[in-house]
Amino acid sequence: MLSSRRVRPRRTPSPFIRITHWIGALSMLAMIGSGWQIYNASPILPFEFPAWATLGGWLGGGIAWHFAAMWVLMAAGVVYLGYGVLSGHFRRDLRPVGPRAIGRDMAQALRFRLSHAAGHYNAIQRLLYTGVLIVALLTVASGLSIWKPVQLGWLTWLFGGYDVARRIHFAMMTLIVAFLVIHIALALLVPSTLFGMVFGRRPSAAPEVSVQEGGAR
Amino acid sequence: MSHNRLDRSAIAPELRRIERRLMLKGALSLGGLSMLSGCALDDEPSVERALSAMSRFTDRMQALLFSRQRLAREFDASRITHPFPFNAYYDESEVRTVDPAGWRLDVGGLVSDRRPWSLAQFRALPQKRQITRHICVEGWSAIGDWSGVPLSMFLQKVGADLRAKYVNFRCFDDYSTSIDMATALHPQTILALDYGDRALPPAYGAPMKVRIPTKLGYKNPKYLASIEVTNRFPGGYWEDQGYDWFGGS
Repeated sequence: MLSSRRVRPRRTPSPFIRITHWIGALSMLAMIGSGWQIYNASPILPFEFPAWATLGGWLGGGIAWHFAAMWVLMAAGVVYLGYGVLSGHFRRDLRPVGPRAIGRDMAQALRFRLSHAAGHYNAIQRLLYTGVLIVALLTVASGLSIWKPVQLGWLTWLFGGYDVARRIHFAMMTLIVAFLVIHIALALLVPSTLFGMVFGRRPSAAPEVSVQEGGAR
Repeated sequence: MSHNRLDRSAIAPELRRIERRLMLKGALSLGGLSMLSGCALDDEPSVERALSAMSRFTDRMQALLFSRQRLAREFDASRITHPFPFNAYYDESEVRTVDPAGWRLDVGGLVSDRRPWSLAQFRALPQKRQITRHICVEGWSAIGDWSGVPLSMFLQKVGADLRAKYVNFRCFDDYSTSIDMATALHPQTILALDYGDRALPPAYGAPMKVRIPTKLGYKNPKYLASIEVTNRFPGGYWEDQGYDWFGGS
């Protein structure tokens, strides 16, 4: 067959990203549920999380889950960040583009006409994913700073002391949950991206792929 | 040592203790995960085993992170929390007291001199003062002002085997906890006799409390009754119920 001679493009995203995405997603959910359990032991705001949304059953169980998930998330995070830097994925796919491209893609997105071509990250995706990566790093760093305010005292100091760091950790969690709401809603609106993150997709040769090219760089 | 939130003042402490033991049984159960997976995993012992294995791993990492030279931050007197909160596994109304003159600290395990110590003997030793932050495992914190005898000095006086793994504390309010030898020898780990300029009041652990600013509140026992140096893992009141043993900060 003639077609067998054609070089088929690789599936995207790469298996590194797909595997670390789902390990990260599960451990992140476990960290949020167990974090809410820990929060409930001494709330800093006038509300508690409902028991059904928490993980661990009581404070000790919540802590056990929180740290177990932390090691998993950190391992997946190190692999993902290493791959992202070394493969050029961050530079090529996630580096945010200029405000004009963001404005244009936002306008398209609001009319539900934003393209999601395999292998291409539009301006909104770049902004959201870069944003949530930075927030996730701040969540981990502020979490470490309230876990080890003596051994990692410099980190606690950077976050403004123990009590401020605790509130920053909570605020970063809130931003991650806000991201999850948007991210999951968008993935459900464009199910091909959801399949893509499980099985990978081969970029098609059709010209629609390059719709976003040539934006403000 | 915390969990006053769980206490219901109308119920007798004994009943509460039983309640906690029952809660412990469901401690590492998966209320939340069953939500994710759509099936009850409460009877899954492999998950509990995995969680406690991870907890032991976390303990090892904490021991690696710990440095005997790194000091907890000390604060100005103006930063002290007033009033410093009472907390224990029971209500403040149930605090037990002893006659300070009759009180003795029992010494046991891998030490060359097992004679009990009186308060006067501790008072005769040089005292060290610290204004440090007490951090509860629940998340809240408060800054307090303790003074007393460095534990390292006491361990040397009784001829303790400083290569032993653990120092175990038992208290006359039926609390207990234990620490690693590295933390026991840390310069800020003290056997506190005073709070502020006065002898430790009953609410804060009279007549003696172990103050360890490099560890969470539940590793800072009050109402001390005995100290034992040992190589056999001693556990502790909350640790046996599922808190991580190292509990370092």
